[in-house]
Amino acid sequence: MATVPVVKPAPQGGTPAPTATAAKKLNLIGLERTDYKGADSTLCAGCGHDSIAAQIITACYEVGLPPEQVIKLSGIGCSSKSPAYFMSRAFGINTLHGRMATVATGALTANHKLTGIGVSGDGDTGSIGLGNFKHMLRRNVHMVYIIENNGVYGLTKGQFSATADVGQELKHAGRNELPPIDLCMEALATDCGFVARGFAGDPKQVVALIKAALSHRGTAVLDIISPCVTFNNRDESTKSYAWGKANDERINDFTFVAQQSEITAEIEPGETKEVEMHDGSHIVIKRLDQGHDPTDRKAAMTLLQDAREKQLFITGLIYVDSSRESLAEHENLGDVPLARLPNAKLRPSKESLLKIMNAMV
Amino acid sequence: MSVAEIASSPQVAESAGKAPVVNDFSISVATKNGSGSQTANTTLLRALFKMGIPVSGKNVFPSNIQGMPTWYTIRVSKDNYIGRRLHADIVIAMNPATAIEDHQNVQPGGVFMYADDIKIPMNRKDLSYYPIPVKKIASENETDPKLRSYVANMVYVGALAQLLSIDLSDIEAALMHHFRGKRKPVDSNMKVVRFSAEWAKANLPKTDPYSVTRLNKTEGLIMIDGNTAAGLGAIYGGVTFVAWYPITPATGVADSLNEYLPRLRIDPETKEPTYAIVQSEDELAALGMVIGAGWAGVRSMTSTSGPGISLMAEFTGYGYFADIPAVIWDVQRMGPSTGMPTKVSQGDIIPAHYLGHGDGRHPCLIPGSVYECFEFGWRAFDVAEQLQTPVFVLSDLDLGMNQWMTKPFDYPEEPINRGKVLSAEDLQKLGIGGFKRYRDVDGDGVAWRTLPGTEHPAAAFFTRGTGHNEDAKLSERTEDWDNNMARLARKFETGRKIVPQPEIDLVEGAEIGIIAYGSTDAPIGEARAILAEQGIKASYLRVRALPLAHSVNDFVAAHKRTYVVEMNSDAQMCQLVRLEMPEMATLVRPCNHNDGMPLTAVWISEAIVNKEKSK
Repeated sequence: MATVPVVKPAPQGGTPAPTATAAKKLNLIGLERTDYKGADSTLCAGCGHDSIAAQIITACYEVGLPPEQVIKLSGIGCSSKSPAYFMSRAFGINTLHGRMATVATGALTANHKLTGIGVSGDGDTGSIGLGNFKHMLRRNVHMVYIIENNGVYGLTKGQFSATADVGQELKHAGRNELPPIDLCMEALATDCGFVARGFAGDPKQVVALIKAALSHRGTAVLDIISPCVTFNNRDESTKSYAWGKANDERINDFTFVAQQSEITAEIEPGETKEVEMHDGSHIVIKRLDQGHDPTDRKAAMTLLQDAREKQLFITGLIYVDSSRESLAEHENLGDVPLARLPNAKLRPSKESLLKIMNAMV
Repeated sequence: MSVAEIASSPQVAESAGKAPVVNDFSISVATKNGSGSQTANTTLLRALFKMGIPVSGKNVFPSNIQGMPTWYTIRVSKDNYIGRRLHADIVIAMNPATAIEDHQNVQPGGVFMYADDIKIPMNRKDLSYYPIPVKKIASENETDPKLRSYVANMVYVGALAQLLSIDLSDIEAALMHHFRGKRKPVDSNMKVVRFSAEWAKANLPKTDPYSVTRLNKTEGLIMIDGNTAAGLGAIYGGVTFVAWYPITPATGVADSLNEYLPRLRIDPETKEPTYAIVQSEDELAALGMVIGAGWAGVRSMTSTSGPGISLMAEFTGYGYFADIPAVIWDVQRMGPSTGMPTKVSQGDIIPAHYLGHGDGRHPCLIPGSVYECFEFGWRAFDVAEQLQTPVFVLSDLDLGMNQWMTKPFDYPEEPINRGKVLSAEDLQKLGIGGFKRYRDVDGDGVAWRTLPGTEHPAAAFFTRGTGHNEDAKLSERTEDWDNNMARLARKFETGRKIVPQPEIDLVEGAEIGIIAYGSTDAPIGEARAILAEQGIKASYLRVRALPLAHSVNDFVAAHKRTYVVEMNSDAQMCQLVRLEMPEMATLVRPCNHNDGMPLTAVWISEAIVNKEKSK
C-alpha cells in the first residue's frame, strides 16, 4: 500500500527544480528533497529517462514517502539503470532483462507494506518480458510500473523495439515494417486498473501521474514516452522530443488530492470527474477535447484504438478503477508482512507433526 | 524362513511341487493408465505394509492421461530389500495390449493372473495360470456403469488376496486410509474384494508357491511419497513463499504444500495465512518470484523438474552473484529435452550444480530416502539463508512419486537459522559507513545483509547482477571483481562444511568402494549382499550433498577402485568426484545406467563384477 501523507495536503502537481533556498524545505515527514536523490546518472545527456527520474524524486518527496519503505525495481536496459539515479536511501534491485515483474511479485508478496516503484523499458516490457508483465497485471501486484518508452534498444546501439511505429526509420536498423505493441492496450486488456501515458518532455503531467499511481490499489502502469537522444530522436520519430512537443494531445488534466485533504477550489471550472482511490485520496480529472471518461474501460479501449489508427500521441489518465483487490489482498495477507514474522510463527508445533505422522501409518 | 511362516500358509502345501516362497517376491500389475488402478495397487501395497511385511511400490506410467500401458510393481521382501526387480514373479495382466509381453516377462515358475477376456497363447509350462472374470464380477457388484471400470480393479485385489493369504481386514484398513475414513467408498470397494476373494477360493485351485504371512517388520513405520515429504519438510523449515509451475514429476511437492500449509500456517490470532503460494506463468517466473521474496526476507522455494531447471538458469546465476537465498526443489526426470517425463533419472546433477552462465557452483542437497526428503526440506532453508545463495535439492521421480516405508519424520531439533541479517539497531551501532553489503567481515565469504524496509537511513543497498564492489555499487574495476569472486569462492568452501555430510560404511578388507546417492541407495544394500556372496567386499559412501565433502577423497584413497553408481548417461557424479581429486581420478570408475527405470541390485552387482573382471 502506498504510504500517502495523512497530516496535511501535499502540494499539487509538479514543482520546478529546487532552488538553493528551496533545498531547505522539508516535506511531510521532515525530509529534504536531497534525501530523495540518487547516484549521478550515467545515461546520455538529455536522455528522457533522467527527466523521469527527476519527476519520481519530486513526486516521492512531495507526497512524503519514507525512502526506506520504498523498493525500486528494474529489469535490464537504459531505463533499468535509472533506479540507481533516484532515492539512494530506498532499497533497489536491478533484476534480469524483462523479469522485473516476477521479482516484484515475490518481493511485494513477501513484504506487502513496501511501496514498489518499478522502472522498465519498451524492450524489457514489450518484448522479452511481455508475458511476465501481463501476468503481473493479471495478479494485480501492488506497485507503480513505469515504462520509459523510446521505441529503441539503446544499450545494444539502436535496434527497433516492439513499440516502434510502422514505417519508422533508424540509422542502423532501417525501416520498421511490423505493427507496434501498445503497452497501454496490453495493460487494459489484462484488467490493469490504472493505465496512463505521459511524455518525458512534460514533467508536470508526469509528476501528477506518478502521485496518482502511488495511490492506486494494484499495479499502476505508466507508459512514458521518453526520447532516446542518441538513437531515436529525429524529428519525424514519434518517440522524439520534437514530435512529442508538437503532437502531445492531452486527454485530461488532473489534480491529485492526498488523503484527508479538502478538495478545494483550485480546480478550474469545466467538466470534471472525481475518482476516489483505494487509500482515501482523490484525483480530480478535468476532461479536455477528447471528452474521455477514464472510468469507462470500453471508452479507454476505443480511445487507444482511435489514437493508434490516427497515429495520435495522447497523454493523460486513460483508465482508472481501484476496485479490484491486489495480490496481497487476494492472498489475505495480514498487517504483519510475511518478511517480518518472528521465527516462532514460521515452524509449526511438534504436536502438529506427530498428528500428521500418525495418520500415515 | 521359519517353520511358523510356512505353517501359517496352508495353501502353499497344495502347490504343485514348488518350494514355498513366503514374503519374498514381486508383483507386477499391467493396466491402462487412467483406469483407476492406482487405488487398487496402493491398497495392495498398504495392506501388505499393514501386515508388517517390508514392501516397496513403483508406478511405471506413461506421459498420458488415459489409455496407454502402465505397470505397478510391488516388491515384498522379508529381508527389507526394497529396490526394483527386473521381472515380477506374479503378473496380473489387465491390459490386452501388453499381455504377450507381460506373459513373456513372468519370472520362471511364476504366476500369470489375467482378465479372462485376454486371449493369448498360455503356453508356459512353468507358470500358474489364473483367469479372472473381471467384467462379470464387476458388473454383478457395481450397478453404476461409471464406477464399474474402477471397481474392476478391486476384482484382482480380492483374487490376489485370496491366493496370497493377504488378510482382508488389512485390505479394508488400507482402503480406509486411502479414502480417509469415508465409509461409503470403502464399503463399495470391499464388497467387490470380498466377492472376488470368495470366487477365487471356490474356483481357483492354488498351484503356485507364493504367499504372505504376518511379520512385525513395519511396526512404527509410516508410508509416504517423497514429494509429500518434501512439502512437509519445507513447512517445518518455515517456508513462507512458494512459486511453482505444474510439471511432472514435481507437482506433488506443490500439492503437498497446498494441502498442508492451510492447515499449519494460519495465524491462530488473526486467522490470516502466514504464507503465500503463487502458481506462476512459467518456471522462469517462479524462480524470479522466489528470488524476489528471498531478497525481501522470507523463506521461499519453488519445485520443478529438468525443463524447469533449464528455464531457471539465468535467475540461478543472478541469485548466486547477488547473494540471494532461494530453495529449488528438483524432482529429476529423464532428459535431455522433454525426454521421458514420467521416467526416473539422476541427470540434473551437473546441470543444477553449475546452472547459469559464467562461473558459479551451487550447493545441492541430495536426499536418499523419503525421510531425507523431509529433513532436507527444512534444512535447505537453513543452508540457503546461511549462505545467502540458491540451494538445490535433487530428488527424483522414484523417490518423489512412489510410496516408501520410513520411520516417522523427526521434528527439527535445531533452531531456525536465518543467517546474517542486520537490524536497524545493528546499523545504529555500526555507525555511518559501517555496513557494506558485500564486505566479508567474518572471512567465510558470507556478508551481512539488510532486508528491504529496514528503518534506518544506512540500511538500503542496490542489488544488481552487474559487477559490484563491497558497497554494492556498480563496478567494473579489476580489484572489485576479483575480490567479489574470491569471496564467492570462500563461500563455496563454507558451504562444503555446512551441507549434509556423506554417510559412510567402511568394510574391513574391502578392495572396492561404491559411491551412490539419491534413490539409487535403495538397491545398494542388496547389491552389496550379492557381491559379498561372490566374495567381493565393498565399502559404501552415500553422497548427500554438493560440494563434496573431503571425506569423499579419503574414501576413494582407502580403496583400490571406487565405482560411482548412478542413473544418467554422462556419469555425472563420477565426473564431479574425479574433478575433486584429479590425482586419484583413475581410481574412480563410472557404473551408470539410464533407461528411465530404477536400478536393480542385480544390474549393479553384475556391472561391478564385470568391471572387476576387466580391471
